[in-house]
Amino acid sequence: MSPEPHQRRLAVGIDLGTTNSLVAAVRSSIPEVLEDEHRHALLPSVVSYCDDGRVAVGAEAAARAISDPDNTIVSVKRFMGRGLEDARRYRTAYRFIDAPGMVKIQTRGGDKSPVEVSAEILKVLRRRAEMTLGGELYGSVITVPAYFDDAQRQATKDAARLAGLEVLRLLNEPTAAAIAYGLDNGVEGRVVVYDLGGGTFDVSVLHLSRGVFEVVATGGDSALGGDDFDRRIVEWALRETGLVSDKEPDPIGSALAAGVLSSADLRAMTVEARRAKEVLSEATLTTFACPLSDASAVRLPLARERLDAITADLVSRTITVVRRTLRDARVDAADAGAVVLVGGATRTPAVRAAVASFFGRAPLSDIDPDRVVAIGAAMQANLLAGNRGEGDDWLLLDVIPLSLGLETMGGLVEKIVPRNSTIPVARAQEFTTFRDGQTALAVHVVQGERELVSDCRSLARFELRGIPPMSAGAARIRVSFQVDADGLLSVTACEQASGVKAAVTVRPSYGLSDDEIANMLQQSFLSAGADRDARALREHQVEADRLFEATRAALGADGELLSEAERSVVESLLARVTEARGGTDADAVRQAVDALARGTEHFAARRMDRAISRALSGRRIDQID
Amino acid sequence: MLLLDKNYFDLFNLPRAFAIDERLLEQQYRDLVAAVHPDRFVTDSPEQRRLAMQAATLANEAWRCLRDPCSRAAYLCRLEGISVDSAARAGASAEFLTEQMEWREALDEARLGARRSDLQALQVDVAEARQQVLAAVTELIDTRADFEAAAGLVGQLMYIDRFSEQVDEALDDLS
Repeated sequence: MSPEPHQRRLAVGIDLGTTNSLVAAVRSSIPEVLEDEHRHALLPSVVSYCDDGRVAVGAEAAARAISDPDNTIVSVKRFMGRGLEDARRYRTAYRFIDAPGMVKIQTRGGDKSPVEVSAEILKVLRRRAEMTLGGELYGSVITVPAYFDDAQRQATKDAARLAGLEVLRLLNEPTAAAIAYGLDNGVEGRVVVYDLGGGTFDVSVLHLSRGVFEVVATGGDSALGGDDFDRRIVEWALRETGLVSDKEPDPIGSALAAGVLSSADLRAMTVEARRAKEVLSEATLTTFACPLSDASAVRLPLARERLDAITADLVSRTITVVRRTLRDARVDAADAGAVVLVGGATRTPAVRAAVASFFGRAPLSDIDPDRVVAIGAAMQANLLAGNRGEGDDWLLLDVIPLSLGLETMGGLVEKIVPRNSTIPVARAQEFTTFRDGQTALAVHVVQGERELVSDCRSLARFELRGIPPMSAGAARIRVSFQVDADGLLSVTACEQASGVKAAVTVRPSYGLSDDEIANMLQQSFLSAGADRDARALREHQVEADRLFEATRAALGADGELLSEAERSVVESLLARVTEARGGTDADAVRQAVDALARGTEHFAARRMDRAISRALSGRRIDQID
Repeated sequence: MLLLDKNYFDLFNLPRAFAIDERLLEQQYRDLVAAVHPDRFVTDSPEQRRLAMQAATLANEAWRCLRDPCSRAAYLCRLEGISVDSAARAGASAEFLTEQMEWREALDEARLGARRSDLQALQVDVAEARQQVLAAVTELIDTRADFEAAAGLVGQLMYIDRFSEQVDEALDDLS
């Protein structure tokens, strides 16, 4: 049952990109990208911490990228959920600080985590959406590269929370694109999405049929994108001008180290490289021209052929990933019904040519590759928020991109959940103690395909304590993995042999703790001049409204599952929420919400049982036909 | 919840047998997961969302288990209280071990010589062997209800599936 038109919940899809970010919404049944007051849809993903304490975002920040490179963060997405070592690989000139779990960047505005920087971008998009749509947002769907690991996903969700956005779902970018093509262009069958963005590469194989979007396999490289093409051009220019030696394996690093290049120069050359690359998508020849801070200038002709040559290995790396992903999906290149291009970097002719030649067919790019992800996300957000229209009934089945496992003896990985498992998924494995009287067991959770722990990404370490003393091998420790529909993991360990249960649920170590987020929220709030209690009250009120509305809707749909006595209990709990909601006591609101939640648990279970019975009995009737 | 005490066949209203109507299985899975998927309950209470995740997780697991012949056979054995792991170790026949060694040699040689046609021939051999084992498993489970013997063959099936992936990878490496 969809809400009345005036009750439509405002929900948006957000493409939080490496280079540009967008927000889109379904308005009058049509998904559209929302523009700012200058009619710009693309918000450059750039954040600048200005000297007057202001935070500039978007085009204004991008304009400061060259004049104030250290305090202007571009392509922050590359650093989400990443440690110092990974961040340094990108050869940027930022001053990184090694922080537990995730790197921080030193700026004029303080040491900023990539999560905080991303939140600035999201805040601007949120404001744009609320202005355009004329109200507070009910929720959002935020897209992430399919190949993002758990750390990167968690970081994205944290950024949204920091920006005051309710996340209805994290959605994989290629899946979002497939939704847009499936619903808008009627694409069906086996679909391969080739998504080369600014900083990440994804490929997904989907099966589209009868309103079900099923991801069969996904693969990618979360550190390969259009930025790498730009960097190749800069490296080429440095060698070509003789600023660094031809044989230097790392021209940018050595030029920075030798003082040949300032960080402003590097930024200027990178901006020029991107411009030149974009020109070569249409033209076959351009001039790479860039003034340097020492008043000299670099000026070189750049032909498309040369660009193709210096980036050929990047393109072939993407094709290797495509081949591997097709194998995972057990699909031949010739079986692909449609090949869809997503991401600004797919405008590069060499990329298109490589994809066309591999699949033996011309790829589709009917929907603007910069916008298609945001559009798909908006469609999903609209559906999830319950604004379902006629015939608007489709389901998405997605997978986890990387295997999840545990460290075992000798630094080896025992895989618990294999990659490409449909989510949500849960898996458990039993372990035992190896010493007599052992009372604790260390659990190390990793993600990746390699056999050695050291080659995989470490997600969390924790210790299960309080195991009753037993002889070696007698304890039965069950470690359970649960991956939810956002692709986020939680792990529980529990000793079962003695009947004594000890359990712990971890939030992976790189994520911000709830306290840290609360702190950041509070800080941003204090600077806005309001007070903490008011915020707590507001949060509880929002929660109360949501639960109230959810319970009312459930009663409307399935109220007959309750006896009259049960129903009147629920009604009184609802009345209590309404009453507390009208007051100013945050605790009273929370208690009323908790009571309603507890008092409707049995109702929730009966509703689920009804949904299950209906689904299965429907089929039995079909069979009789 | 209704789902929790059911075996996977009951869950999808399918007869408990190795031979399975794959299209019906897929339809049943799709219908069930569509009804319980967390995406259907985003605006509901946290408890309702938790139940949806639990139910969808179970539907996904059941579908994964039943759609693949190897895990479906292993599951049927397990429902009878027979573990495939121990049966496989005990039941590996000398004949099958010899075949394994021959295949492995053929794979190594074809890989070294980069001979695509040899790899393709090997692929056909392995696929034929798999068909034979599947036929035998069907007979043992569905007709004779001999789960001990079936569990031994499931071990062979696991080996064949792993080996066939290696042949596929070797072919991919050549392209």
